[in-house]
Amino acid sequence: MKYLRFILVLLTVLLTGNTVLAEVPGPVIPKGNADKCVLPTQEMRLHHMEKILHQRDNTMHKGIRTTKFSFKKCITCHVVKDDSGKAVTHKDKRHFCNSCHSFASVKIDCFDCHASTPTSKSTKSNAGGKP
Amino acid sequence: MNNQDSSSDGISRRKFLAAGVVTTAGVSIASGVSLLSIAQAKPADQSVTDKQRWGMLIDTNKCAKGCTSCVDACNHENGLDRGDEQHSRPDQKAHWIRKVELKDKATDHTVSLPLMCQHCENPPCVDVCPTGASFKRKDGIVLVDKHICIGCRYCMMACPYKARSFIHEELNNQLDYAPRGKGTVESCTLCVHRVDTGGTPACVEACNTAGHKAMYFGDLKDSNSDVSKQLKIHSSTAIRADLNLNPGVRYRGI
Amino acid sequence: MKKINYLEIEGWSGKLLGLLAVLGLITLAGLGATYYMEHHGHYVTGMNNQIVWGMPHVFAIFLIVAASGALNVASIGTVFGKTIYKPLGRLSALLAIALLAGGLMVLVLDLGRPDRLVIAMTYYNFKSIFAWNIILYNGFFAIVIVYIWMMMEGKMHNYYRPAGIVAFIWRLILTTGTGSIFGFLVARSAYDAAIMAPMFIIMSFAFGLAFFMLIILIGYPCMGRPLGDKTVKTLKNLLGVFVGAVMYFVLVYHLTNLYGTEHHGVEKFIIAGNTEFTKIFWILQVLVGGILPLVIFYSKLSNSRKWIGLGALLVLIGGIAQLYVIVIGGQSYPLEMFPGMEVISSSFGDANAYHPYSPSLAETLLGLSGIAVAILIVVLGSKVLAFMPTSLADKEVDPHSKA
Repeated sequence: MKYLRFILVLLTVLLTGNTVLAEVPGPVIPKGNADKCVLPTQEMRLHHMEKILHQRDNTMHKGIRTTKFSFKKCITCHVVKDDSGKAVTHKDKRHFCNSCHSFASVKIDCFDCHASTPTSKSTKSNAGGKP
Repeated sequence: MNNQDSSSDGISRRKFLAAGVVTTAGVSIASGVSLLSIAQAKPADQSVTDKQRWGMLIDTNKCAKGCTSCVDACNHENGLDRGDEQHSRPDQKAHWIRKVELKDKATDHTVSLPLMCQHCENPPCVDVCPTGASFKRKDGIVLVDKHICIGCRYCMMACPYKARSFIHEELNNQLDYAPRGKGTVESCTLCVHRVDTGGTPACVEACNTAGHKAMYFGDLKDSNSDVSKQLKIHSSTAIRADLNLNPGVRYRGI
Repeated sequence: MKKINYLEIEGWSGKLLGLLAVLGLITLAGLGATYYMEHHGHYVTGMNNQIVWGMPHVFAIFLIVAASGALNVASIGTVFGKTIYKPLGRLSALLAIALLAGGLMVLVLDLGRPDRLVIAMTYYNFKSIFAWNIILYNGFFAIVIVYIWMMMEGKMHNYYRPAGIVAFIWRLILTTGTGSIFGFLVARSAYDAAIMAPMFIIMSFAFGLAFFMLIILIGYPCMGRPLGDKTVKTLKNLLGVFVGAVMYFVLVYHLTNLYGTEHHGVEKFIIAGNTEFTKIFWILQVLVGGILPLVIFYSKLSNSRKWIGLGALLVLIGGIAQLYVIVIGGQSYPLEMFPGMEVISSSFGDANAYHPYSPSLAETLLGLSGIAVAILIVVLGSKVLAFMPTSLADKEVDPHSKA
């Protein structure tokens, strides 16, 4: 009976492997609204969190607001609109960040505080500087 | 050593040194002058420094009782009036700036003033924050780094001006330059998103637009700024000055 | 002195299972309440932008303060060499860890972003007494666990005294830190006093010992193990001294505030106001938590264990009331920003004479579950390992007994 365990495992794999190991459709990631991103796609896929975290510390503590890794710019360029032309928020599966994150099952913390869609220009004064 | 000025040999050592000093001095002064002229808007890719300290002077003699232009402007600027916080009770809703009306018990003299984060030089909220989320930028603006705020509310206990608010529910209508979220603490940012690009805070702008012109904003370390000149002319004080926190916001007339 | 035998709780009696079930239910209720509060946000609680620390913090700080004091019994045996306390050392240390775990659980679960606890453990602002407390609490766990191990492990017998001394000093620093959470706040009239730290130390002595006494007064009869009068009397007398000392510190705190005119506002609010805090202060904190236990402990009533147990329970009730007055009352009294001025109107509540607070069920359940978790840890710990002596009869523990 020492083969019993082996047989049980083999049976389990054979009977359920069909579903478990089946081809799951990959995430559908919407294209951004420019020719290319600020970094090559594969590099962004691997390192976007590092860039975001570094930028956030720079902006928060030093007031450095470079546009290359500006979070606002990411959101604006990667906006996804629904059929009526309204930008979808992070709660929607079609949102750029959500489309991959929900597939990878990685919770996004950013949009608890950050707007996930570009917001219309406020009435802020622009004396001497660009937004 | 031969110190004679010999024009036939070209420029002498003394003349060269003198020219060099003058040129260097001229370049330094010129660049200093040009830096001063764009002191308001620093380049976006440069860090803020402690060469500037942002502050405000509020002239309560000009502050109109019953007027809430500054409060409305702040709420609009930072997205507090976009329909969020539907579930929170009034005592739970966020306030970044508020109008306060006071009466002197001994003389019956009344005065009104706006009250917001005082951006202290020695902020108690920064001292007590366990993670360092409450911090003071080099240019004096006191902010909450909501990325590392754990929502313990100790800074709210410590603030002598009750300037901070806690977000009691999920928010969905944030403006992209003013992130705010459930479970973190927030307060007046001195409109840092405007200031960093050379603008003035929304409350000051609104007060000017409304015609009261009771609020001055500027660089406290620049003796030529409006606010510094005003502070020099008339006496002003800080609220709870005895705490020695040296706030960046000062008041005239209380 | 005879060698003390320690034994785990034997068997799974109906009483034990019943107790575990009740404690488990309360704990689950507290965890459910936490999920509810975290999911919706704090708008479902009674806390707001004026009363930022509520019922959960009252219970959490109460438990944390009691935790450090619960170690006292072990310290008196280990550090000061009093023989009659020595058999109680293991249980005292277990209770200390259990109460601290319960208190910290409540504190952490009430955070606005409890998912960021890792950040609290990795980003430290060393000027913050809160940050120091996080280090002190974690260190306390480690040190007391080592202390327990050395008490239990025969081979480590020579080292348990240094461990006990380290634990004793550590908990004094820890409780000083806890009191300083309030003492260091210059903003509020009720805090900003150096006496907060030593007052918390003496409160810890009283609450910790009261918890300990209740555990053995209820636990030993339930287990059918003998508990001698000498132990009960010694602990009772000690608790009486501690309760008296707490009263003294409270008296000094209020007298000092009454002397300085600047503090008259908050003093009137607490001791002679027309809010619930005045009633809680006089009836629950002073009468129930102070005077009644002293009467019980120093009169003929102290001959009955039931009365002593009641006295210990009253001390705990008074302790929660005291923390309620400190934590909530201190926030309810408005900030004194404009001395000599009256606030006619403000859109952020500055004009209120006081800020009311009515706790929601969820936050109270969370607070209570902290106590349940603490007792659960003590009971389960004692079931698994030998924390409690088989007998605390006089002839076993009393150094002067004739046996």
